[in-house]
Amino acid sequence: MSDTLRPEDQLGGGLPERAPPPSTVGIQGWMRENLFSGPINSIGTIVAIGIIVWLLPGILEWAIFDATFVGVDANGDGSITRKDCLVENAAGLMTLEGACWVLVYVRWEQLIYGFYGSDGSIWRPTIAFVGLLLAIAPLLFDKVPFRRALLWFAFAFPFIAVWLLGGGEWKLSSVLVFYGLIVAILPLLFDKMPGREILLWVTKIYPLFIAFLLFDAILDTLLGFSIWNTLLGPLAVWEFSPLPALAEVSTHKWGGLMLTIVIGMVGIVLSLPIGVVLALGRRSTMPAVRLLCVIFIEFVRGVPLITLLFMASNMLPLFFPEGIELDKLVRALVVVVAFSAAYMAEVVRGGLQAIPKGQYEAADAMALTYWKSMYLIILPQALKIVIPGIVNSFIGLFKDTTLVLIIGLFDILGMAKAAVTHANWIGLAREAYVFVGVVYFIFCFSMSRYSIWLEEKLNTGHKR
Amino acid sequence: MKMKVGTLVFGAAIGLTAAAANATTLEDVVARGELICGVSTGVAGFAAPDDQGNWSGVDIDVCRAVAAAVLGDASKVKYVPTTSKERFTALQSGEVDMLSRVTTWTFSRDVGLGFEFVGVNYYDGQGFMVPKALGVTSALQLDGATVCVQTGTTTELNLADYFRANNMEYSAVNVETADESRENYLSGACDVYTTDSSALAAARSTFDDPSAHQILPEIISKEPLGPLVRHGDAQWGDIVRWSFNAMVVAEEKGVTQGNVDDMKGSNDPEIQRLLGTDGDMGKQLGLSADWAYQVISQVGNYGESFERHIGVNTPIGLERGLNQLWTKGGILYSPPMR
Repeated sequence: MSDTLRPEDQLGGGLPERAPPPSTVGIQGWMRENLFSGPINSIGTIVAIGIIVWLLPGILEWAIFDATFVGVDANGDGSITRKDCLVENAAGLMTLEGACWVLVYVRWEQLIYGFYGSDGSIWRPTIAFVGLLLAIAPLLFDKVPFRRALLWFAFAFPFIAVWLLGGGEWKLSSVLVFYGLIVAILPLLFDKMPGREILLWVTKIYPLFIAFLLFDAILDTLLGFSIWNTLLGPLAVWEFSPLPALAEVSTHKWGGLMLTIVIGMVGIVLSLPIGVVLALGRRSTMPAVRLLCVIFIEFVRGVPLITLLFMASNMLPLFFPEGIELDKLVRALVVVVAFSAAYMAEVVRGGLQAIPKGQYEAADAMALTYWKSMYLIILPQALKIVIPGIVNSFIGLFKDTTLVLIIGLFDILGMAKAAVTHANWIGLAREAYVFVGVVYFIFCFSMSRYSIWLEEKLNTGHKR
Repeated sequence: MKMKVGTLVFGAAIGLTAAAANATTLEDVVARGELICGVSTGVAGFAAPDDQGNWSGVDIDVCRAVAAAVLGDASKVKYVPTTSKERFTALQSGEVDMLSRVTTWTFSRDVGLGFEFVGVNYYDGQGFMVPKALGVTSALQLDGATVCVQTGTTTELNLADYFRANNMEYSAVNVETADESRENYLSGACDVYTTDSSALAAARSTFDDPSAHQILPEIISKEPLGPLVRHGDAQWGDIVRWSFNAMVVAEEKGVTQGNVDDMKGSNDPEIQRLLGTDGDMGKQLGLSADWAYQVISQVGNYGESFERHIGVNTPIGLERGLNQLWTKGGILYSPPMR
């Protein structure tokens, strides 16, 4: 191709535009470019097609054509079991020809909700899930209708979710603790928010308040005397409960996809802010802070998640005083959050180090405080760079949630495995695993596509 | 109001329950109104959630029996699934009141770990399954065979010991899970499938043609499976032991879930003592007089429980074998109720 322009081009077309050669457009052009662009690619394409043609018919036959989908009592023995999937083969034996999806059909409720349904309150996690979608929509996309209202809803959602799923009575005091933290952090981040002066007081008082409660609880455990219970407790205002009391559903009944999402969401939502703080701490100039962050990150990264889960599940209960136990799910959540936060911290540190020194110096030159320079200048750029790494961590975390299986919590995989240990369904492990695999794929693939979309959206031309 | 630290710190559903430090397990269970029973994460016929999400199986029936005896209601049980690795910690730390999860009674667990096995609800043992086409009738003919065995289990050690003791060679196909064993065996990757004989029977029942496979008569290990409690609370151990024994005695005496009400009028003194119409056995245990009546009317006797979950009419299809009453050729034997 020549660099000099022909006169007719400069003039805007003396000759009529000609159609591109047929081999570069349409399906032919696409195939040429994407599948057969060179000898190696052509061989690869042919091999891949060969493998697909070789495997696909068998897979389709097993999963769809020969499969049994709907649970009907085909053999008329009064119950729906794996026997209803059996068909007679050539040798006259009753055998499984294709997949027996009846397992998934019959166990659907358990696979999704665990044992939650035994109380007849499936509607609660269902509503919580719909709420989750409404709450994360405005956080993920900025062109959502009613975004402002939904953001407020997202702010209230964690509390609503705990109330819906766990039930029990939520009193004002618990709500205060729950939201005090968020309210305390807000004025640190936004210096132009209305009522900042008042909120700053919350920021100052909140740590004292929590320290008091912890001290009080220790006092209560050791001496059986609690300042809170004797002095402040009787005040009627604490008894006010903003939401009606629901029947308590103990966490040992949580399971299935619901548990996977709970662990995944809690891990994702908490690990990012904690990870950012750890990453900043690791680059801090204060030796004590830096040392603490380094020790935490390196300890957690140096130990496999399974080990940490085992420790939380097996060793912690032995350390607690007799009669005191911490819910198994909460122990698992703490471990998952700590684990993913340590990894997140390293991802974010990568982003922080990629920001040129000039940006830090510029922020200092503007006389911004440390937190403001981070919040306004450094972190927006750093986090944008590491979006793929962050989402990668999230996807890894979501898949790691299934390790809670080894401490006896039944996530979706645990439920599926429990289902195939029942006498009625023995031997259908393949169906169970395929189903769980598909569910995981849907979640992880969506996350990965969202991350690509977000990168495109935030691309301001500094892409390296 | 009572503030829970857990609720405060994590804002989630946390049970930070400070029970009175010196309460006995019985007092705890009665105060709680619920028995917390550690069970397995799923073993066909022994403990597995059914399609409605209710746990069922012979191990579950032991939990139900204890709940019936203590609380008068077999349904007041909270089942905590425990893996084989964390089961003992769960019991030790007081997270569960008892374990009933296919746990083999061994010296080291009984003595070294500080537990008390209170009985045997299933006598198991490691066996071998082979295709009939192989023409093998005894495990002693297995020299040179390929064996599918789960790694990291006592099964693996027993297998090695047995073959060495009999001067035989074998090559092992190591697999991780029971499902994998099954697949490997069916696809012909190994000639022999070895694990506990109850699991062999359960696996065989799902084969396309169960009659083409045979479980060899040799049982090469003793696996007495039973419920266990913590050392140091003898009263609680007694309650669990006799709740189970009541099921065995009931079978011996022909008391079933169906006829237990009629049996209350029986003239047999042991039945009278069992059902609480005579004597004060309930009181001695710290329970109500009709504790065993509740067990039998709500859970059934041992034989009923066996037939309901793992007997020949279930998909598992196990013979009573060793688990038959001592009077009928088995070794199931309860000390007398007197």
